Amino acid sequence: MNPPDLPILEVQDLTIALPSGGDRATAVQHVSFSVGRGEILCLVGESGSGKSVIAQGVMGLLPKSLPLTGGRIVLQGEDITAASPARLRELRATRMSMIFQEPMTALNPVMTCGDQIDEVLRQHTGLGAAERRAKVLDIVREVLLPEPERMVASYPHQLSGGQRQRIMIAMALVLDPVLLIADEPTTALDVTTQAQILKLVLELQRRHGTGVLFITHDFGVVAEIAHRVAVLRLGDLVEIGARDEVLRRPRHDYTRMLIGAVPTLRTDQRPVDHAAPVALRVQNLAKTYDERSWFGKRRVVPAAADVSFEIRRGQTLGIVGESGSGKSTVARCVVRLIDPSAGSIRLGSDEIAELPRGHLRPLRRRVQIVFQDPYRSLNPRRTVGEAMIEGPMNFGMAREAALTRAEDLLRLVRMPPASMQRYPHQFSGGQRQRICIARALMVEPEVLVADEAVSALDVSVQAQVLEVLEEIRKRLQVAMLFITHDLRVASQVCDLLAVMSQGRVVEYGPAHEVFGAPQHAYTRALFAAAPGRDFAFGH
Amino acid sequence: MLPTNFEALSVEAASVQRQASAWQRVRDNTSVRIGAAVLAVLVAIALAAPWLGTVDPSLFDPASRDLKPLASGEITTLEGETLAHRFLMGSDSFGRDIYSRVIYGTRVSLLVGVCTALVALSIGVLFGLVSGFLRKVDAVLMRVMDGLMAIPAILIAIALVAMWKGSLLTVIVAIAIPEIPRVTRLVRSMVLTIREEPYVEAAVSLGTPQALILWRHVLPNTVAPLIVQGTFICASGILTEAILSFLGVGLPPDIPTWGNVMAEGRAQFNDHPHNIFFPGIFLAVTVLAVNILGDGLRDTLDPKMARRT
Amino acid sequence: MLAFLARRLLATLPVLLVVSVIVFLMLRLTPGDPAAVLAGDAASTEHIEQIREQLGLNRPVPVQYVVWLGHLLSGDLGQSYYYKTEVTTLIGQRLEPTLSLAALTLVIAVALAVPLGVIAAWRHGGWLDRTLMAFSVLGFSIPVFVLAYLLIWFVSLELGWLPVQGYKRIAEGLGPWLRHLLLPAITLSIIYVALIARVTRASVLDTLGEDYIRTARAKGLPEPKVLLRHALANAAVPIVTVIGIGIALLIGGVVVTESVYAIPGLGRLTVDAVLARDFPTIQGVILFFSLVYVLVNLLVDMSYVFFDPRIRY
Repeated sequence: MNPPDLPILEVQDLTIALPSGGDRATAVQHVSFSVGRGEILCLVGESGSGKSVIAQGVMGLLPKSLPLTGGRIVLQGEDITAASPARLRELRATRMSMIFQEPMTALNPVMTCGDQIDEVLRQHTGLGAAERRAKVLDIVREVLLPEPERMVASYPHQLSGGQRQRIMIAMALVLDPVLLIADEPTTALDVTTQAQILKLVLELQRRHGTGVLFITHDFGVVAEIAHRVAVLRLGDLVEIGARDEVLRRPRHDYTRMLIGAVPTLRTDQRPVDHAAPVALRVQNLAKTYDERSWFGKRRVVPAAADVSFEIRRGQTLGIVGESGSGKSTVARCVVRLIDPSAGSIRLGSDEIAELPRGHLRPLRRRVQIVFQDPYRSLNPRRTVGEAMIEGPMNFGMAREAALTRAEDLLRLVRMPPASMQRYPHQFSGGQRQRICIARALMVEPEVLVADEAVSALDVSVQAQVLEVLEEIRKRLQVAMLFITHDLRVASQVCDLLAVMSQGRVVEYGPAHEVFGAPQHAYTRALFAAAPGRDFAFGH
Repeated sequence: MLPTNFEALSVEAASVQRQASAWQRVRDNTSVRIGAAVLAVLVAIALAAPWLGTVDPSLFDPASRDLKPLASGEITTLEGETLAHRFLMGSDSFGRDIYSRVIYGTRVSLLVGVCTALVALSIGVLFGLVSGFLRKVDAVLMRVMDGLMAIPAILIAIALVAMWKGSLLTVIVAIAIPEIPRVTRLVRSMVLTIREEPYVEAAVSLGTPQALILWRHVLPNTVAPLIVQGTFICASGILTEAILSFLGVGLPPDIPTWGNVMAEGRAQFNDHPHNIFFPGIFLAVTVLAVNILGDGLRDTLDPKMARRT
Repeated sequence: MLAFLARRLLATLPVLLVVSVIVFLMLRLTPGDPAAVLAGDAASTEHIEQIREQLGLNRPVPVQYVVWLGHLLSGDLGQSYYYKTEVTTLIGQRLEPTLSLAALTLVIAVALAVPLGVIAAWRHGGWLDRTLMAFSVLGFSIPVFVLAYLLIWFVSLELGWLPVQGYKRIAEGLGPWLRHLLLPAITLSIIYVALIARVTRASVLDTLGEDYIRTARAKGLPEPKVLLRHALANAAVPIVTVIGIGIALLIGGVVVTESVYAIPGLGRLTVDAVLARDFPTIQGVILFFSLVYVLVNLLVDMSYVFFDPRIRY
């Protein structure tokens, strides 16, 4: 039995080595923390901080290439650092469980959900088939899944992301372990789904008194659920303490920088220059996908319908929505990477919605796009310089002039001009994204579309890129269309806001009005779901 | 006031990967080294054939028929002279020196292998590009390729050679044709995937015309898998030529190829297994070397494909 | 699911059509008079004229194709000038040996290759893995007939365990049938094992890298269960696919193997027909083998329904 004040998990001076030849010797070094009964400890850090490695290390799931070279892991008083594989297998699911980030890939696609939960019971208990089924249905009910019998008989691909994550939670908690390790379980989910899952985890944790080690990179989540917080940087534990202490009075520079980088939910009114010319006007834009197959039914999917907005020079319009809302479709239509089914897109005085490809080319330079994935946005076989001058040279600029302009723009995005001779793989994600922004600016566009351009970046890197975008907006008076699912980012960056749901714009207006007094029910639900919204970071 | 000096404190730059250049990785790979080394030896043998103690492979002498390896005998030159000759690998039922035929056979096999690969690759790349870029042609072309793949390659080759009479050119074309569908599919799928990549979309929105996109962005990223595929086609070509000749439907019997030597030696196999084994060993070693080279190239140049095979 | 099956079935039709066009064109591409070619070297002028009439060779090419296709669909593959019988009869006679060889080879190959591939993937980088990879490259590289002669020399001539050549029908007893077929089947299966083991290993390695394997281990499941119930179950589709595609290799190998081991099957028939320039037979055999390939792959496609529930629903 576990005496109430003995911590469930104690990690003492843990060091985990990396394979030789990497840029550092250890994934984590000399890390110590503990998780008490009924307590939620959030492990926060950016990429490469080692947080996932610690989580898998506790469960004993690390590959041989990442050995534990120092320290101890103590679970309920038992030293499991050097435990035998058999003992570890016994402990898993019965005393400690883990849930992962991507619910689609974390579930076996060829087994029913019920069978996957049942497997846990078959492995660790001696219960008969009928008893196991009862227990499975119980836990499925407890994670608030409707129609438990149907859920149990379904395959993972038939469920939504949120439902799959609930199945994962059910699998993890069916044997009532004392420790739950959650490795970014909500990162891949929509905002509203995320809120539901967080609520579920909190509820279950309170009911069962489970200790939770919650890995995340999102400070909003930390603000929402943590009791205590530990901050990791490149394998070092730089700060640990109660949530309010760490978030409001951080002691370490790195923590302070991270919290400072979290975009704020602004409520102030931003000045709107009504004299500025309208750079982009979209009216009744629609895109419908018409799927016809030989034997299946004909499916008409309206990805976007009746979308209208306008952006003046020097302004930023944000389009906010969850997956499937149509925001990316709108972005790609504006840049004419896909052809709209109906509606008008006006760039200045030119109508481009219906223009055939041939006539479109000369106008392409006026609207440019930056994509989400910095690792796939640059051709790996061409130098940065070659990538940069491609655009202007298409429109007749001489090579020398283009190279000079490229150097200037790289400086604008705070990249050294020497980057021109290097290849993309020599740069980090944030640096690549800045290069992509510079590349887009090479053709002097009037409108810049940022399609989830900062979503794949760590929070500190994101802050850098957002600063760069702000500077560009001020200096070049570019009109920006900023697509994002992150409300904080939208709040910090956008003058105007459009909220999209299921292909339609449900709310549209100046940012401070939409955030301050949302009219539409969906908008209100979306804002209510943002984690840590009541927590004012940095103030 | 919270600091905004993100650059100084950000951890991101610390974890940029250092990558050796592709060429260096290729050179360091053991499989590539072994395969390339063996092939270099074979090419040397092929080029130096006349000076390796051989005679003209078509020379024969009825008095020296069916000799065992290392036997001494005589051989008649084209001018009618009779020379004493040591038959290192024995002689066949016409009295020809197997050693000479095997050494000269190296030339034919390597030539057939390389040419087959080149023909199959060029046509396959063309078809694949057309298919990937022109949707209307794609549907039809892919059906044709599927149909071609449905007929076992050997049968196509046999039938074509039978119809066109065996000569070096017809054999190469006949062996290359069944290899074309696979290359086409590979190129087509690469074109389709690469076109979806954000960097290609960026090029489109920067106003780059389709032809330039093909040349600059699509083709360079297809080179590596094609090289790998090429080596495997080469190995397959050498094998197929040997099989065709062995069955009697390949190159004319007077051209010395390993397959022909083995075909000739079939009848005497019970007493003279060396007729089959000597050319067989050369054949196996050559194909093995090419395959090992291909494996090594695949592991270094195209890691994604490496796991698929 | 029914829609999926119907679609796959319908998809084979264009392929078969293309095959028929290719085979039809092959004859037309031969230099010389197709009628004379079909009639054979020793035919009389009246016979040639007769064939010309029958196949409508005086009419435009598309019409010829339709006529030819018509004959085909009614089961008439023409008459072999060399054997003086219907091609369909010939194929029927030679079917059993080839089918037996192919079936036995398939059974041996799959039974060996899949477990070897799974274990190699599991013990990735270990001695078994490296040995298997080395053997598989060897298996690809040594031509079938050289291997055949090696085995004959060693097993039959030196050790005398199995007969050198020939074939005994099943009707004459299972024992002799097996004894004569074992060596050829082993020879042929080596290539097939090399191919299947490789793909099995790669496929299982791929799945072992997936997230659900990590989840399975996190649930405390023992390794054998993780390997079979989670890894192999998901790796099945590519493995089954390659078994289907490998049939083309198998057929090619059959042609050579029957030649070496003097088995009177379809492969031997093909070679003899080519040497005799007996075009109706060549045509018939090619069409038959292609049909088999297409049908086998259709079966493979349909089997996906069992392996992958995402296709079912």
